[in-house]
Amino acid sequence: MSKTKLTRRGVLKTGAAAGTGLALPTIFTGAAWSASDTGFTNAPTGPTVTLGFNVPQSGPYADEGADELRAYMLAVEHLNGEGDGGMLNSFSSKALNGTGILGKKVEYVTGDTQTKSDAARASARSMIEKDGAIMITGGSSSGVAIAVQGLCQEAGVIFMAGLTHSNDTTGKDKKANGFRHFFNAYMSGAALAPVLAKRYGTDRKAYHLTADYTWGWTQEESIRAATEALGWETVNTVKTPLSATDFSSYIAPVLNSGADVLILNHYGGNMVNSLTNAVQFGLRDKIVNGKKFEIVVPLYSRLMAQGAGENVKGILGTTNWHWTLDRPGTKEFVQSFGKKYGRPPSQAAHTCYVQTLLYADAVQRAGSFNPCAVVEALEGFEFDGMGNGPTLYRADDHQCFKDVLVVQGKENPTSEFDLLEIVDITPVEQVTYPPDHPMFAGGDLGTCNPGA
Amino acid sequence: MDAILLQILNGLDKGSAYALIALGLTLIFGTLGVVNFAHGALFMIGAFCAVTLQRLLSLSYVTIDETRTDFLGNPLKVKTPYVESWFGPEIGQALIDWSVPLSILFAIPVMVGLGFLIERGLIKHFYKRPHADQILVTFGLAIVLQEIVKFIYGANPIPTPAPEAFSGSFDFGVLIGFEPNAIIYPYWRMIYFVFALIIIGAVFAFLRFTTFGMVVRAGMADRETVGLLGINIDRRFTIMFGVAAAVAGLAGVMYTPINSPNYHMGMDFLVLSFVVVVVGGMGSLPGAVLAGFLLGILESFASMNEVKSIVPGIDQIIIYLVAIVILLTRPRGLMGRKGVMEE
Repeated sequence: MSKTKLTRRGVLKTGAAAGTGLALPTIFTGAAWSASDTGFTNAPTGPTVTLGFNVPQSGPYADEGADELRAYMLAVEHLNGEGDGGMLNSFSSKALNGTGILGKKVEYVTGDTQTKSDAARASARSMIEKDGAIMITGGSSSGVAIAVQGLCQEAGVIFMAGLTHSNDTTGKDKKANGFRHFFNAYMSGAALAPVLAKRYGTDRKAYHLTADYTWGWTQEESIRAATEALGWETVNTVKTPLSATDFSSYIAPVLNSGADVLILNHYGGNMVNSLTNAVQFGLRDKIVNGKKFEIVVPLYSRLMAQGAGENVKGILGTTNWHWTLDRPGTKEFVQSFGKKYGRPPSQAAHTCYVQTLLYADAVQRAGSFNPCAVVEALEGFEFDGMGNGPTLYRADDHQCFKDVLVVQGKENPTSEFDLLEIVDITPVEQVTYPPDHPMFAGGDLGTCNPGA
Repeated sequence: MDAILLQILNGLDKGSAYALIALGLTLIFGTLGVVNFAHGALFMIGAFCAVTLQRLLSLSYVTIDETRTDFLGNPLKVKTPYVESWFGPEIGQALIDWSVPLSILFAIPVMVGLGFLIERGLIKHFYKRPHADQILVTFGLAIVLQEIVKFIYGANPIPTPAPEAFSGSFDFGVLIGFEPNAIIYPYWRMIYFVFALIIIGAVFAFLRFTTFGMVVRAGMADRETVGLLGINIDRRFTIMFGVAAAVAGLAGVMYTPINSPNYHMGMDFLVLSFVVVVVGGMGSLPGAVLAGFLLGILESFASMNEVKSIVPGIDQIIIYLVAIVILLTRPRGLMGRKGVMEE
């Protein structure tokens, strides 16, 4: 049996060395990013680097997860110099050259979030600890994004959020190691408001049905603030359980509430059912207060439009991106994705693809995989050619700022993917808010954690 | 007043689904003594019978339209359903439009067959095993069925609308002297309620007025004695499993226009249906039906804003609250008999 000898001198020596390291000003460590690329969690040592794609592969959002995974595989292909290069051809930064990231071939592992916070954390942890993933990305729920973002902060890896729309992701729950390209609920409200005023006027009475969790709350707050600023009155806001499947008993009271607009702060299956039920109850044919009754779905996704079928026609909402948006990068991505998979990409696929490229580009520009180097490279980064037009990764909260699309369900779709059409593009200035905006207050970005 | 009437109507159609599933559960429990956790999955398979028929009727051949292009800039592929080219566009469209009601005919043989297969192939081997084993194996079966459906149809809900003729809603209020538009109710939900009543009536009539039903009821009361009389009660019970599966399947078929079906819709109903069975009284068919409607209506009332403002979150727990109260005051449920599951 051996016994580790702990001497007073040994402890002092180690302590002094560690102390010197910690006391070193960041300017020195910063300069050393590229010198020796070690000293952080999962520093890649071989000829490859591993990314962790954490997407829902089972559960109700499995189809959205599948589209995200398609986008990730395409991104890996393009990073490694295979295929037609996709958005690498249109991206304003030319640091990436199709030889992987910093010359290391990109490999990936996948995890299944199941759209459950605990399962998502477990799969992310496993990819970090067992597979040596240097970065985690993906997801299609804000609850999951916030949970995984927290884990990545603790573990010392970068988290590039997938589809997450809650203000909290880059608001009160923001983390230095986490980044969001997707837009948020505040932006949806700010983008929708002018279009709502133009279409439906400024004298309206709104009734909210809201999914009872972080995303629903922040969306209700955001849309409410934006519509009340127009002069709309909020008649009632009702929280519905996330597990609800039949919304008829929540829809029925809308009929006699005096409201003339129903706002559905629902996502996925919730939205498909609540919208279907609302249409069944004839809400869209009603005339209330002398005006035609309207329904608004502030956050749209293609899968939701597919699930709700005919019922989405003419209904307004917002999206982060759409494959018909005429901006540099869109065509390259749609062609590349369409040729490989035979379908246009969804907005979830787009944000995931872009996030992967943005991460790779940041590493390339920083010359290091060190999370703190990546944070430095992404903060305040301005880019174009990724399908949305000029975009800024704001340093204060790691949120991307770009134009927001207002869309509506298409009247005459030509295919199962052609369900939404762009009504308006709200310019970025109108959706930008100060970092200390009350809806985003309360959190602290903290400092980057390189882990290890 | 109008709000209360609306919620009663709401409760009736919600209750219809609960009652139909609970009825099937009770039939299986009463005859075979098995607690069938796969029953929700049978409801879901029924709904996907409607989806399947819709897909079959919509099977199309592709023609290339050179004048239009798809998203990649290639000539557009236009799909025309075969039924339209066989029967002409009008009849073809009508067939697709009426796919949900037509699915009833399609679902009955599928569900009865599936019921036989499940009972003979799997559940039969678990009759002499403890209830816990039966629950595990049927729950496992439910997961397998669910994953098969997800594998084929994906996880996203699939819209299966009612025929155009039933897509609107009916103004009930005017009928009983209210303002126009005060109480309107979707046609299809009313059809669902009437359909449920017909099915429930048919099952009860079958058990009460046919010799087969009489033997089954005798078997439910005393399996051994009926067996000693030389009657092959097992075969009849197998048929009853098929009937119960068909009832769940039909409930699923007709439910599809109310909410777009997805692979886990069965699980959403399963737990509630068990509460319904327990509240109604294990093994009691009228109890299951009564409790189904009762809980459906109570659930609707609990989601009214006036009620929620007094007790927040009541809409999420009402069913379980009622179950606790009823089990405390009537431990055998509303219409439970002595001696069921009490050995």
